Amino acid sequence: MPAIRIPTPLRSYTAGQSEINVEGQNVGQAMDSLVKLHPSLRPHLYNTTGQLRPFVNLFLNEDNIKDLQGLETPLQESDRLMLIPSIAGG
Amino acid sequence: MLPELSHEEILRYSRHLLIPEVGLEGQKKLKAASVLVIGTGGLGSPVALYLAAAGVGRIGLVDYDVVDSSNLQRQVIHGTSGLGVLKVESARQRMLDLNPGIQVEVYNEPFTSENALRIAESYDILIDGTDNFPTRYLVNDVCVLTGKANVYGSIYRFDGQVSVFDARSGPCYRCLFPEPPPPGLVPSCAEGGVLGVLPGTIGTLQATEALKLILGIGEPMIGRLMLYNALDMSFEFVKLRKNPRCKICGPEPEITQLIDYEAFCGVPGHDHEEGTVGSGWDITALELAEQIKNNKPVHLLDVREPHELEISRIDAAQLIPLGQLASRLSELDTAQEMVVFCKAGTRSARALELLLSAGFRKVKNLKGGINAWAREVDPSLPIY
Repeated sequence: MPAIRIPTPLRSYTAGQSEINVEGQNVGQAMDSLVKLHPSLRPHLYNTTGQLRPFVNLFLNEDNIKDLQGLETPLQESDRLMLIPSIAGG
Repeated sequence: MLPELSHEEILRYSRHLLIPEVGLEGQKKLKAASVLVIGTGGLGSPVALYLAAAGVGRIGLVDYDVVDSSNLQRQVIHGTSGLGVLKVESARQRMLDLNPGIQVEVYNEPFTSENALRIAESYDILIDGTDNFPTRYLVNDVCVLTGKANVYGSIYRFDGQVSVFDARSGPCYRCLFPEPPPPGLVPSCAEGGVLGVLPGTIGTLQATEALKLILGIGEPMIGRLMLYNALDMSFEFVKLRKNPRCKICGPEPEITQLIDYEAFCGVPGHDHEEGTVGSGWDITALELAEQIKNNKPVHLLDVREPHELEISRIDAAQLIPLGQLASRLSELDTAQEMVVFCKAGTRSARALELLLSAGFRKVKNLKGGINAWAREVDPSLPIY
């Protein structure tokens, strides 16, 4: 099962879980599976028209999905997706 | 022509001179180098200390704040004796004590679109140790427009990020983050907190990257982003590529000069909690105390997190953390006078916006939060 790593700022919407196993043949399906499991994440990841918000960075293993095939990027069972947040503290 | 080193300097830097990758030549490069550190807070503290110790010849510091006791849990360049002193002055004194052979130039002003190009002009490298999105986009754009490296570091609670953005040979900050998150979505350290040692970890990595750039050794983090989590003790790396549609470093840039970054991000260019909504929606702690004294019925709504009640609380208040407010509006009565508060007023201001958009009208924001209440009404409560 592919897994999605949740950054600290979003963990309050996943009951503190840092990594979540999801289902899906591609990145879009995996993200759908994630927000089905944790619906309160949805407004933080998607805008009202159902598009991923522009500041949400999703990496498949080492690569930004924007540099692959976006939400259509196929997933293997062992793949790991990582949400990378914008943080500004200093 | 690189500057010569005195006998005193050769002794001081002997541990550097012993490393072949640095050596006498490298130490001279450090002496000839200039680095601008933007922010002398959590990240700026270790950055400035280690660059000073390493013998970077000219270091600029930009900050406009004074040292506050709530800084000292992490901002190790400052000390208790410096409370109330300008941060750039406090930092300069400590750096010159550590290494009197360097030059420290201070800019006691916010880094803004008006002064940024002037301040940055004479420095080789910029280090982003700021605490807010507008200034981060500003630092990036200054670096892209003037062709300098931006040694990036950012922290939140237990998470840190490090990269080197250099649009001449790799992606810039905007390639990764074309747009800032909407205001209020990502809490700042003043609201969300930060583990004190975290900026130590991230800041020393920034200082390391800056030294590598000056010395021209190793693999700089251009095109790579490091993600650190202190709880998991994980260091992960991802690849960053130049975004061909980047608005500032792409082939067809839309941004060719500095813009209004506070307007772009929708938030102020600092991490101070202001705690006001304005236009009649605020109430001061003294006004609220007066209302309660006159037995005017008012419902108190605390939108902080449950663990903050252990620090300070107003017993009569109802707790609904900001993150749960939208789904718990049915617990509130629109007909009742209500005062919303948090620690210092930032979260309650957001709660007020949410309540107003949901049709509540008899609501006010406690200006300055429970900290103002502690200061002005109930000194038995601590300020945090």
